[in-house]
Amino acid sequence: MSAAVDYLLHLADNALVLGQRNAEWCGHGPILEEDIALSNVSLDLIGQARLLYQLVATLKGGDCTEDKLAYFRDTHEFRNYTLLELPHHGPLSGYAQSSLEYGTTIVRNFLYSALMALLWEALEKSANADLAAIAAKSLKEVRYHLRHSRDWLVRLGDGTDESHARVQASLDHLFAYTQEFWAHSPAEAAAIAAGIGVDVTTLRADWDAIVDAALSEATLQRPAVSGYVTEGKQGIHSEHLGFLLAEMQSLARAHPNGVW
Amino acid sequence: MYTQSFNVPDSPGAKTVALAPSSEDPALQAAFDARIDADGRIEPQDWMPEAYRKTLVRQISQHAHSEIVGMLPEGNWISRAPSLKRKAILIAKVQDEGGHGLYLYSAAETLGTSRDQMLDGLHSGRAKYSSIFNYPTLTWADVGVIGWLVDGAAIMNQVPLCRCSYGPYARAMVRVCKEESFHQRQGYEALLVMMTGTAEQKAMVQDAVNRWWWKCLAMFGPPDADSPNSAQGMRWGIKRVSNDELRQKFVDATVPQAKVLGVTLPDPDLKWNEERQHYDYGQIDWAEFWETVNGNGPCNKERLATRVKAHNEGQWVREAALAHAAKKKAREMKDAA
Repeated sequence: MSAAVDYLLHLADNALVLGQRNAEWCGHGPILEEDIALSNVSLDLIGQARLLYQLVATLKGGDCTEDKLAYFRDTHEFRNYTLLELPHHGPLSGYAQSSLEYGTTIVRNFLYSALMALLWEALEKSANADLAAIAAKSLKEVRYHLRHSRDWLVRLGDGTDESHARVQASLDHLFAYTQEFWAHSPAEAAAIAAGIGVDVTTLRADWDAIVDAALSEATLQRPAVSGYVTEGKQGIHSEHLGFLLAEMQSLARAHPNGVW
Repeated sequence: MYTQSFNVPDSPGAKTVALAPSSEDPALQAAFDARIDADGRIEPQDWMPEAYRKTLVRQISQHAHSEIVGMLPEGNWISRAPSLKRKAILIAKVQDEGGHGLYLYSAAETLGTSRDQMLDGLHSGRAKYSSIFNYPTLTWADVGVIGWLVDGAAIMNQVPLCRCSYGPYARAMVRVCKEESFHQRQGYEALLVMMTGTAEQKAMVQDAVNRWWWKCLAMFGPPDADSPNSAQGMRWGIKRVSNDELRQKFVDATVPQAKVLGVTLPDPDLKWNEERQHYDYGQIDWAEFWETVNGNGPCNKERLATRVKAHNEGQWVREAALAHAAKKKAREMKDAA
C-alpha cells in the first residue's frame, strides 16, 4: 500500500502544484481567450489531483481526506517535480518578485504535458485499476494541454524576434529541471516493482521526439543540460514551494475546524 | 456577473446621454419603430438609428468590461480557496465571467466596434464598468456573498435583457443568465455550509453581508426619478423593467433567503409593508455610489491598473501570434504558387 500511496502522492502533487500555478493567470492573461484556456488547464489539473488524493485517502483510511492531503502537509512532504513549483518567470530567489511571464508558462506546460501524455497512456495499464481509470481520464485532458502549449510554443518561437528571444530564455531556464523526470525516486522504484507505476525512462525517447519536433517547428534550440538534478519528488524542493503552499494553505490552516 | 443598470455615462460629469432618435431617413426610422413596437428583434444587418447603435455599444461594452474587471475581486481568492472543491468551483466561476466577457465583446462587435477599440476605452478610463467591482474582497466569505447577492442582483437586471430588442445581445444574455443563476446558487450553498461551521466562520459570513448589502442595492442604478436614460432605453426595448422595480424585486427575494441562511441584513428600516405587499428599505448612499462610479472608490485605481498591466504585458504574446499567423500564411501561399 505504501508504494501506491507514495507514487499517487507524487502524481497528485504534480497536478495540484501546477494547477495552482496556472490559476495565477486567471484575470491576467495576455488575451481573454488565453485567460480562459489556462483556467481550463488549471481546472483539469486540480480535478486530477482531487481524484488521486481521494484514492490516497481511501487507501490510507481513517480520517484522511483530499483536503487534509492538500492543505495539511508541509513542503518537505510534497512530492511534485521541482519544475512545476517554479514561479512564472526567470530564475530568481524565493522571496524576489516579478511579473508573470507567458513564455515560462507555455514552456513548462509543454515540457510537462509532453511527459504526461506518455505517462498517463502507460498508466492506463497500471495494476491499480483505480489509477488506470484516472489515467484514462487524464490522458484525454493532457492531450489538449499538450496541443495548447505546443501551438503557443510554435507561435512564440516562430513569431517576432522579441518572442523568439523570450521563449528561448524560458526554455534555457526550465530545461535543466526536466532531468528530474528521468532520475528514479525510491517511491517510483517501489511502484514500478509493484506493477502500479511506470518506468519513465522507457518514455524518454518518445518524449525527446515530441520535444525535438516542436522545438524545430518553433525554431528554438534545445539547451544542453548537466549539473544539479532537482529532487522535488523526493521532498527536497526549491525556495518557491514554501511560498506557494503558505498562500494556498493559509485559510484552511487558520480554520482547522472550519467546514467549507 | 455584472453590473449596475448601465445608465451611467462613460465620461465623468454629466449623468445622462439621452440622444434623440435620428430623423435622417424617415422611412427607415418608421420601419425600425414598427419593429420595436411589435416587440421584434433588430439584427446586425438591419438599419438602426445611430443613437440606438451608440447606446447599445456603450451598454454591451460596459457589460463586457464589467465581466472582465469582475474576474479580479473573486480571482483574489483562487490561490487561497480553503478546499480543493471550492477552488475548482471558484476557478470555473471566474472563467465563466471571462467567457461572458468574450460573448459580450463579440455581440458588441456586430455593431461595428472592435474589441481593441472597446478595450482602449476601458484602459484609458473613458469607459465605465460596474462599480460593484471597485470594492475589495477581504475574506473568503466575500466569494460566497458575491455569488449570492452580487450575482443575484445581476440576474434580476439581466433576465429582462434576454428579451432585449437587439438580437445578438439578447441571445448572449440567455446563456449568461443560465450561468449566473448557477453561480448564485453556488454562492448561497457555500454560505449555507459555512453557517454550519465555527463561530469564526459565521462571523465571517455576517461581516461580508454587512459590507456588500448596500453596494448590491446600488447596483440597480439610480432611482427612476434620477435616471432619465431609462425612458429612452425602455422605448427602444433595451431596458424592460425600471431600476426601482428591479431593486424592490431583489429585496423581496433576498429577505427570506437571509432568514434561511441565518444572517441579518444591515438595514434597520427593512420591514414588510402589508399595504404595498413589499419590503420597505432604507436610504442608499448615492453620494458614495457616484464617487465610486466616477473613479474615487476603494479599488478603482487598482482594478484598472491591473487590467492595463495584463494587457501591456501581453502585448508581445499577441504580436507573436499575429506575426506567426502572417508567416504561416505567407508560407502557405508560396507553397500553393
